[in-house]
Amino acid sequence: MLTGLLIIVPLIAAFLVFFLKGKNARIAALGFSVVEFALSVFAWYQFKTEPGCKLLYLDCTWIESLGVNFAVGIDGLSLLMVLLTTFLVPIIILSSFKNEYEKAGTFYGLMLLMQMALVGVFTANDGFLFYIFWELALIPIYFICLLWGGENRGRITFKFFVYTLFGSLFMLVALVFLYHHTGIQTGIKSWAINDLYEAGRSLTAAQQGYVFWAMFLAFAIKMPVFPFHTWQPDTYVTAPTQGTMLLSGIMLKMGTFGLIKWLLPVVPLGVAAWGNWAMILAVLGIIYASCIAIVQTDYKRLIAYSSIAHVGLIAAGILSWNQQGVQGAMIQMVSHGINVVGLFLIADILLRHTGTREISRLGGIRNVNPGFAVLFLIVLLGSVALPLTNGFVGEFLLITGVYGYNAWIAAFAGLTVILGAVYMLRSYQGIMLGESNSVTASFGELAPSDKAVLIIVCAAILVFGVYPQPLTDLAEPAVKTLLMSTK
Amino acid sequence: MIKLIGLIPLFPLIGFVINGFFGKKMGKGLSGAIASIAILASFCVAVGVFMEVNASATKTHVVDLFSWINADTLKIPFSFLVDPLSSIFLLIITGIGFLIHIYSIGYMHHDEGFSRFFTYLNLFVFFMLLLVLGNNYLIMFVGWEGVGLCSYLLIGFWFKNTEYNNAAKKAFVMNRIGDLGFLLGIILIFFTYGSITYGDVFSKAHTGSSTVITAIALLLFVGAMGKSAQIPLYTWLPDAMAGPTPVSALIHAATMVTAGIYMVVRSNIFYTSSEDASTIVAIIGAATALMSAIIGCVQTDIKKVLAYSTVSQLGLMFLALGVGAFSTAVFHVTTHAFFKALLFLGAGSVIHAMSGEQDIRKMGGLKKALPITYLTMGLATLAISGIFPFSGFFSKDEILAFAYEENKALWFVGSITSLLTAFYMFRMFFLTFHTSFRGTEEQKHHLHESPKSMTIPLIILAVLSVAGGLLGIPAAFHGSNWISGYLNPIIIHKNPSTLSHETEFMLMGIATAVALVAIYTAYNVYQKSKVLPASSEKEMRPFERFAYHKFKVDEFYAFTITRPLDLFSKALHKFFDNQLVDGFVEGVGVVVKWLSGVVRQLQTGNIGFYIFSMVLGIVAIIFWSILK
Repeated sequence: MLTGLLIIVPLIAAFLVFFLKGKNARIAALGFSVVEFALSVFAWYQFKTEPGCKLLYLDCTWIESLGVNFAVGIDGLSLLMVLLTTFLVPIIILSSFKNEYEKAGTFYGLMLLMQMALVGVFTANDGFLFYIFWELALIPIYFICLLWGGENRGRITFKFFVYTLFGSLFMLVALVFLYHHTGIQTGIKSWAINDLYEAGRSLTAAQQGYVFWAMFLAFAIKMPVFPFHTWQPDTYVTAPTQGTMLLSGIMLKMGTFGLIKWLLPVVPLGVAAWGNWAMILAVLGIIYASCIAIVQTDYKRLIAYSSIAHVGLIAAGILSWNQQGVQGAMIQMVSHGINVVGLFLIADILLRHTGTREISRLGGIRNVNPGFAVLFLIVLLGSVALPLTNGFVGEFLLITGVYGYNAWIAAFAGLTVILGAVYMLRSYQGIMLGESNSVTASFGELAPSDKAVLIIVCAAILVFGVYPQPLTDLAEPAVKTLLMSTK
Repeated sequence: MIKLIGLIPLFPLIGFVINGFFGKKMGKGLSGAIASIAILASFCVAVGVFMEVNASATKTHVVDLFSWINADTLKIPFSFLVDPLSSIFLLIITGIGFLIHIYSIGYMHHDEGFSRFFTYLNLFVFFMLLLVLGNNYLIMFVGWEGVGLCSYLLIGFWFKNTEYNNAAKKAFVMNRIGDLGFLLGIILIFFTYGSITYGDVFSKAHTGSSTVITAIALLLFVGAMGKSAQIPLYTWLPDAMAGPTPVSALIHAATMVTAGIYMVVRSNIFYTSSEDASTIVAIIGAATALMSAIIGCVQTDIKKVLAYSTVSQLGLMFLALGVGAFSTAVFHVTTHAFFKALLFLGAGSVIHAMSGEQDIRKMGGLKKALPITYLTMGLATLAISGIFPFSGFFSKDEILAFAYEENKALWFVGSITSLLTAFYMFRMFFLTFHTSFRGTEEQKHHLHESPKSMTIPLIILAVLSVAGGLLGIPAAFHGSNWISGYLNPIIIHKNPSTLSHETEFMLMGIATAVALVAIYTAYNVYQKSKVLPASSEKEMRPFERFAYHKFKVDEFYAFTITRPLDLFSKALHKFFDNQLVDGFVEGVGVVVKWLSGVVRQLQTGNIGFYIFSMVLGIVAIIFWSILK
């Protein structure tokens, strides 16, 4: 019931906000998203007191002849993702307060619609429903990028749309294939996740291999994993800041979450046969993207590449398929979401205050606004995974997980520890340190909304870094159960 | 008292928070006072803890705070360990830390970033305390990276200067290289022993295969190389002198850089169990000691001389660790903390008086204007040169004695290093304080002894530098070698020393003679003959120039690593990523477009053509079904 509500509320909110204008639209959107966050906190409370209670699940028939059910539910894994979504959306909306978007009603309506689809993806327990939400999430973000994006948005957004859709179709084929293998004993076909698990595990090794690659392609494009990433930097740079935040903060987690819930438990033989290739791609991508990030001159593009590196490590952790790796991935998905929103807001602030994101043209902002320098530094430390920031907990577990898979791969993946420091510190020095110049001298004070967002992000970075228990409590048992079920 | 152990890092943390939020508004006096009091409070608790550990029969106490990271069998609590080793480090960190805080009040008085400086300093002490207090490797790692962050912030304290910023970044990145090794070592420990808590790991240490133990020992040592500036990861430390001088004293001499020693001593069981790892540690230590001592002989910046001396002394400590003399290494850490902190603070006092001048060629004759600095630094110079009965004599001779027993070649390298150390230290000393003044008139006019807040820490440290040897008077002098006995419970000894007292006395004699020769040479050259180091690079002899440029190691790294990485990344971006990978993706689009263009030709809009092709199709189907 509650889960249904979590999906319906943003949907209704989206329709209402569509008809509002200007400031009203964003305030209403913020209000609704806060309500949604409160709802998810209530769901968290319910889950804490009675995991698996009826309130958290909803299962009703949708298309009976095809065995499709509107089945959604919240377990530890999906709860983490739902909390991330509902926590980030209000922050993302708040971060837009200094940008005057035209047709604000549509803009915020699309964001809420997107939120609804994301919650759907994370809670769906029915393959058909999962696919519907998966594709539904693409539509609002497509329009956000297309209508409010920057230079060349038409071409870039089109590429992004076609590329991700291309991957999704492979997933659809795989899901239909699995569906046809359900109900071998009972004769009743079903899209229910457990039936799909059963169907997948009953396939021959070769069949599982095909399913593996078909699904992996969809998820890999979404994250993105090297070499399916070339849509990402352009799209991230061109999209309006809030669009980039939605894409990187939440939407890419659809891919990693998909791996955990919809791929690795489904075809264990396929993973056993092909997982190492996927692992190599993920780990290569870490170093590949880190190196490219080092030579970026546009700060937003630099973060875009760094995101590929971070996601590569998350994917590698998942593919190692042990407790530390998968749990680390869950925690890092949350941390990365929070940190990357902070980083993209910083990129936006730079652009708004100085008119450029070119690192070489900036410098010395710390002289002008030391408070901003501190907040920026904390976000940076979170993303280079300094201990006692949220990034470290996840990264440590991830590297440990990958080490459990293969020590040499872990050592290679661990180079991100060094390279991350290189590109992050280089850019920080270029932007913030040194003498201020004509571009940065008039940087000025931060807007209250920007300051609020950065403070919330920094607080989250430190709190979860020192005390990750709330995240661990959700992730640990859920991952354990999941791993047990596949052994 | 031990139950209150949490207070030790808490006080600096509180100081950090107060100064961080309100420091600017509070004014310098209050800001400096709060920071100093925070450290003093920690020091008091640390003294209490030390007394209790010293008195009680049980030497190790664990205090659990809360559980931090949990992932199935990987359980990492936030818990502290108090034992002889950590209690000694606690005293060094808070004691010397406090003195340096007091000193900084005077030294940083004119700086606009005064409260920011104390904010960072308190944060540093907090992380350093975590490093030594942690009861498992990951808490050590937290402190380890935390002090690295503070070091980064403090090296780049004057952040408007690009060169300083580069030095800060270099320090952080180089440390991170070591940290990766450390991290992998921790993970290997976890997979080998199922835990990373010291007690669990050490009690099971022998169950690991010898390959694994060697791997663990070496991975941890990679971390130590970074933090304690050993070959090949040492080049950041001389650059780190960009930070304010009290920082050089506290972080880059007395405490942080000795973290590597702490780590190896803490993990001594792995090193005693692995002959290979120990040998590597000893060789790298000896090589670092010798190489940086040579470089130290030709440097002209007073802080650079001290920086290379620090690298060299750290090398000696690793030499000690490599030959299994763990408690001796800690002994040398302690005495070194006294005299090297003093030397840096003294240098700070000199720089302060010289209005920022750091070049010893432009100093000279400062003893009259700076009597306290002169006297205290003189004592520290004697201590580091290993002259009896100053503290350095005892700790260094113990290292050399152990080295002699283990391997004569190591002993020889150690002795040469001592010779060079005594030489370059007195070279610096004579050039700075003796002969006549070589600075500008304006500087001469300005010369003054530093304020009390700076000279009192100098005097206290001087007393410690002189008397520090009392901690470890060897049996040959009818001493009890207290520090060795105190650390005994946590150290696994390979085999007891079999050196006779006669041999020990002989070694001491050689060492003293060597030091005296070196001092005499320095005296002859720089005091009596008034020789000045070459004023420009052109006047230097080839080898001198090569050493002056630190054997071009930085250039070598730039040529082999930094530049190629940049070029590789650029190529990866411009060519591979944009052209090849994305080109393929775009290519697919182009092909599809082209194909559609071709197929589109069929849609002519001519109904006759459509009917004609339909008929053709029907005929084809009929034929096909007949043939089948």
